[in-house]
Amino acid sequence: MRIVVLVKPVPDTTGQEHLGPDLRVDRVANPAVLNANDEYAIEAALKLREAAGEGTVTLLAMAPAHAPETLRKALAMGVDGGVLVTDPALEGADTLTTARVLAAALARLEYDLVLAGADTSDGGAGIVGAGVAALAGLPYLSAAARIEPNGGRVRVRRISPTGYDLLEAPLPALIVATQVLGEPRYPSLRGIMAARAKQLDVWSLADVGLDPAAVGGAQSTTRVTATRQPAAREATRVIRESAAVAAVQVVDFLAARRLI
Amino acid sequence: MRVHSTAHTGTPGRRAPSNAVVDAPVAEATLTDATSNPAMLGSRHVTASNQPAANPPAAYRLTDEQRALRDAVRSLARDRVAPRAAEIDRSATFPTDLRALLATQDILALPFPTVYGGLDADLLTICLAIEELSAACATTGLILAVHELASLPILQSGSEAQQARWLPDLAAGRRLIAFALTEAGAGSDAGAVAMRASRDGDEYVLDGAKRFISHGSVADLIVVFAVTDPAAERYRNLSCFVVEVPTPGFSIGRLEHKMGLRGSPTAELLFDGVRVPADARLGAEGEGFAIAMRTFERSRPGIAAQAVGIAQGALDVATRYATERIQFGRPIGDQQLVQALLADMEAATASARALLYTACAAIETGEGDPARWAALCKLVAGDAAMRVTTDAVQVLGGYGYLEDFPVERMMRDAKITQLYEGTQQIQRLVIARSMLAAQG
Repeated sequence: MRIVVLVKPVPDTTGQEHLGPDLRVDRVANPAVLNANDEYAIEAALKLREAAGEGTVTLLAMAPAHAPETLRKALAMGVDGGVLVTDPALEGADTLTTARVLAAALARLEYDLVLAGADTSDGGAGIVGAGVAALAGLPYLSAAARIEPNGGRVRVRRISPTGYDLLEAPLPALIVATQVLGEPRYPSLRGIMAARAKQLDVWSLADVGLDPAAVGGAQSTTRVTATRQPAAREATRVIRESAAVAAVQVVDFLAARRLI
Repeated sequence: MRVHSTAHTGTPGRRAPSNAVVDAPVAEATLTDATSNPAMLGSRHVTASNQPAANPPAAYRLTDEQRALRDAVRSLARDRVAPRAAEIDRSATFPTDLRALLATQDILALPFPTVYGGLDADLLTICLAIEELSAACATTGLILAVHELASLPILQSGSEAQQARWLPDLAAGRRLIAFALTEAGAGSDAGAVAMRASRDGDEYVLDGAKRFISHGSVADLIVVFAVTDPAAERYRNLSCFVVEVPTPGFSIGRLEHKMGLRGSPTAELLFDGVRVPADARLGAEGEGFAIAMRTFERSRPGIAAQAVGIAQGALDVATRYATERIQFGRPIGDQQLVQALLADMEAATASARALLYTACAAIETGEGDPARWAALCKLVAGDAAMRVTTDAVQVLGGYGYLEDFPVERMMRDAKITQLYEGTQQIQRLVIARSMLAAQG
């Protein structure tokens, strides 16, 4: 089973964010981490590879040129290798551009399955996975709580408001992972040391057969017009009691505010 | 691990220290004393002792790999170790779950050669891991520190067969190992060990008791130092053995109730006719004391790392608290007297860390007297940890004195770093004697 996982370095949300003059996140000034939801997709991919007893897990990212250090952490989790598509023309790229670039890169990779995280902690749009599936002509199986490959097909439990739906599709397919699939593993120290020797290919737009003038950031269909800080949250009350006591206190709290 | 074992095999050339030294009450200092007569030592030590520490030492600069490993241990410590620290202290229970975690994450594999399943980490990398673990929980940091300490005699003095026999299990974390030198009557004066090892055919018979042995009750292997030749001169009468436990005649005596490091079991070990095969002896007969002293050259930096970690952990808590605690209508961090405390804590921690990393690099490259470097960083870091944790309690005021905040635990944990692996007084003797010997 050859699995490609779509990943994105995002600004580390524990620090202060820096915005550029175009009001977009300054991706050089902000220390980057791997998008947390993507780590769940990586974990799911590693588990599928382990269950199959064979196969590869490859990262695919579109990010600024300094991204490899961030991607190393994923390699350390046990991923086999990665591809970074980076190009100065991509600065300011929106979700549609991102999906086009990733789909073009996918066309140059051999794979049976593509996994993506539910959304990213920076943009939060949650549509790149769907966009890539549409552009690459892949079956799209979203909100996966369970992934069961079976021969040339894959079955997914998709979380729904009332329970779950059972989806089945032929491979190759694109699946959007959820956190229900399981906590991402910590990279072991051995994995970190091994990661430094793993192959990380860097491709430009030309390498994936795209014209910078046609897909660059300048072609983005969205623009940031203003930013503002959300209002500070009011003090939070945390109840740390046994379930029975806590339930009563929560009900009292809500009842006092006529919320129930 | 880049243990310079070949440089140390000049032991046969090492003769007993002079009478003046033998009478000295501080055994740890004797190897360094011996450097006053370069003829006694291997060439590496001669060069080393002629080199004043004031010379520019080996520069350290963390490699990308060291940073990556440190960051990985840091996030593991933050997410998995820190939440357990208070309970480990309160219950005074050895954290078997965290010991297993350190094994699965390959942290216990750091000090061992790759051929035995280890990661072949250098001393600085090992210290980075101990530091990060200790910032969250000193008891957990000590799991790696003791594992390294007690493995050093096998790494430095074990034969290939002995290494092949024990190191794979140690690297995988399947077995823990403890270091048993100290006895009730042999603390700072390690040369006063009374435990006996009598040869009986292909075996030795061990009789006696060890005291204050970290991990003594949870280890599967115990490195034991015992007198093989009562007639021999002091410091030439000890031999070193690896005892696999449980074994007939071996038992755990009392478990100490300690001020700090409460999750780390400190045991009395009783040996009543314990038989060990002769091939479980590390090095030659009579080489035991030298093996122990060589161990400290690489293990004391581990304790310094533990101390730096404890200091950093307390500093982090105090700094955050200073921005959150409101008094007189503003955060206490706005008060200059609090700022002065924080600044001095940061200065002490940063200096101790810089010295530790420099010492690690120097010990690894063989620049200067390794015993002096090891003593220097342990002395400075232990004192820094005690002061910084004490001041952290001060920043938190009355709250710092409560179990609700971690700084009182850190203050109790810090104290041991001034005591074990040689008291701060012993470290000073080692340093001064090395300095004076270099003049000789």
